[in-house]
Amino acid sequence: MAFLDYLINGISLGSIYAVIALGYTLVYGIAKMLNFAHGDIIMVGGYAVFTAMVTWGWSTWVAMLFAVVVCTLLGITIEKVAYKPLRKASSLSVLITAIGVSYFLQNLALLIFDEKPKVFTSVVNIPKINLFDGKVVIKGETTAAILVSVVIVVGLSLFINHTQKGRAMLAVSEDKDAAQLMGINVNSTISLTFAIGSGLAAVAGMLLCSSYPTLTNTTGAMPGIKAFVAAVFGGIGSIPGAMIGGILIGVIEILGRAYISPQLADAMVFAVLILVLMIKPTGILGKKINEKV
Amino acid sequence: MKFAKKLMALSLAAVMAGSCLTGCGDSSSKSDGSGSSDGTIVIGGSGPLTGSAAQYGVAVKNAAQLAVDEINKDGGVNGVKFKLVFEDDEADPGDKAVNAYNALKDKGMQIMLGTVTTGSCLAVIDKTKQDNIFQITPSASAQDVIKNDNTFQVCFTDPNQGKASADYIADNNIAKKIAIIYDNSDAYSSGIYNTFKAEAAEKGLDIVTEQSFTKDSKTDFSAQITAAKSAEAELLFLPIYYQEASLILAQCKSADYSPKFFGCDGLDGILSVDNFDKSLAEGVMLLTPFAADASDDATQKFVKAYKEKYNNETPNQFAADAYDGIKIIAKLVEKEGIKADMSASEICDKLKKAISDGFKFDGLTGQGMTWSADGAVSKNPKAVVIKDGNYSAL
Repeated sequence: MAFLDYLINGISLGSIYAVIALGYTLVYGIAKMLNFAHGDIIMVGGYAVFTAMVTWGWSTWVAMLFAVVVCTLLGITIEKVAYKPLRKASSLSVLITAIGVSYFLQNLALLIFDEKPKVFTSVVNIPKINLFDGKVVIKGETTAAILVSVVIVVGLSLFINHTQKGRAMLAVSEDKDAAQLMGINVNSTISLTFAIGSGLAAVAGMLLCSSYPTLTNTTGAMPGIKAFVAAVFGGIGSIPGAMIGGILIGVIEILGRAYISPQLADAMVFAVLILVLMIKPTGILGKKINEKV
Repeated sequence: MKFAKKLMALSLAAVMAGSCLTGCGDSSSKSDGSGSSDGTIVIGGSGPLTGSAAQYGVAVKNAAQLAVDEINKDGGVNGVKFKLVFEDDEADPGDKAVNAYNALKDKGMQIMLGTVTTGSCLAVIDKTKQDNIFQITPSASAQDVIKNDNTFQVCFTDPNQGKASADYIADNNIAKKIAIIYDNSDAYSSGIYNTFKAEAAEKGLDIVTEQSFTKDSKTDFSAQITAAKSAEAELLFLPIYYQEASLILAQCKSADYSPKFFGCDGLDGILSVDNFDKSLAEGVMLLTPFAADASDDATQKFVKAYKEKYNNETPNQFAADAYDGIKIIAKLVEKEGIKADMSASEICDKLKKAISDGFKFDGLTGQGMTWSADGAVSKNPKAVVIKDGNYSAL
């Protein structure tokens, strides 16, 4: 019974990682850059919902919409201000800039919301499911996290493969210059990618803070890094891969904490990253791309 | 014109000479802590009045002043009155603490109340030992603070809370099967955990599971809670700070697990977390030396007096510790018949013997407080329970 409970908790945590990992994967797949500020956009999403719901007293749906809008605009702004001027720079410069943006957001949040943790009010209103006479409880947040992540994966896949904008994204991801020659506006496509990625971060922030209702300026940091591991694990650039990687990482973390040691749970997650990079660097569903010489 | 100038020069010179004389006179009579002739004992206090820890120092200063005023209003003890001088050490563990201490000595300190924070306290304990000044700290809780024989604590030493918690749970038959969730990466938490575990074994409490977390993974407690739930623990012992505790309470609720909860003074503050659903904390027991909402007369009287004097601010645990500290000093002075003209060293020799020799004190932060010669306090901790969104005494 306890095992089933751990498994469900793992899948719940993993679904949240999956939604975060989708943001990483999308941006990496199309803009070919690691947006390390992604975890902090999650935190901004959390604070946006908190401010709208608790401070201003807005209703849940409006607050959620507000957070998605805030994060989307933030994502586009960050891309325009910090990443676009570096489009031709080396990937290392972009990576360092992303880390800078991450710290900037964290400290800005510290300045605005001070260091005291806020308690987040859950935005999920789904009744819990009791199994085996209450021995195993599936929380409303768990149900929500799983449903939302599945919907997002299916929706994103459809969007990318079956719409014009989506196909433009695919084209940019395969070859930027060729795409431009074919009449695709590369800059606006990349902006769109950041907008979608950041909107997803807002959703992830709501799921994360609803399941673990505490909000500080570093709320998104650790989940962000673990979701990055999940994205690599599943094959960075691959949308179903992010989902599979996220859920596996969540399950590994919770089972490790339960059966091996709480101190080693985090270490195991990162050990997985090292193993994946050694054995199958492209991840579970990653495509092997032959570099043209 | 010339005459006026001369007169002015002369009078200025006179003023300067005069101020020099009084200045010198003052410092020569006080700098060695040799006592004053006007029947007043000088108590020196040191703590952060500015900076990030300022709220602790200000609380201590305010409450200590309140206690001193009360004593003086009643005519002092044995005709001896007290005077509080307070210096800002900014909770600095180095020079600033030492400077504050030296300034206090210059002002004639005979007994020291302080310092407020552990870091500063460690910076001055060897000075007070060298100068042989009786030192009692309201709130520096580390074990090392009391390693010298002239230093004593009003607050519990960190690990003592673990022992006291186990005793309280066993003596009041609160639960038999206990689960612990503690922060493995924090000295406060694991210190309490270790002593709790040892005392629980002695008292026949059954610890069914020990779960830990680290500072890198302190949001998801589902694994720890499931373990406690499947081990059928009746009580969850939480020797942790309130932020993590608020998460554990929420996650226990959504897992349909409702054991009793028991914590230490780290949980103090859980009710003032922004947007915290207070109904989650209903029935949580915690061991804290002081709760401003407690209904006993002494606490009520203190809280009322403090609020009246200081802008309607509610005193915290630090204020209560400081208030007790001054009252402890007064009672010792009364017992030993200390006179205001005794030197700091003479006073220290008498007080440090007296405090561990059958001395008993009932204060805001504990009943029947006694001290061992090593400086640690032994008191019956007050347990409070959270009821209707407020702390109330058990």
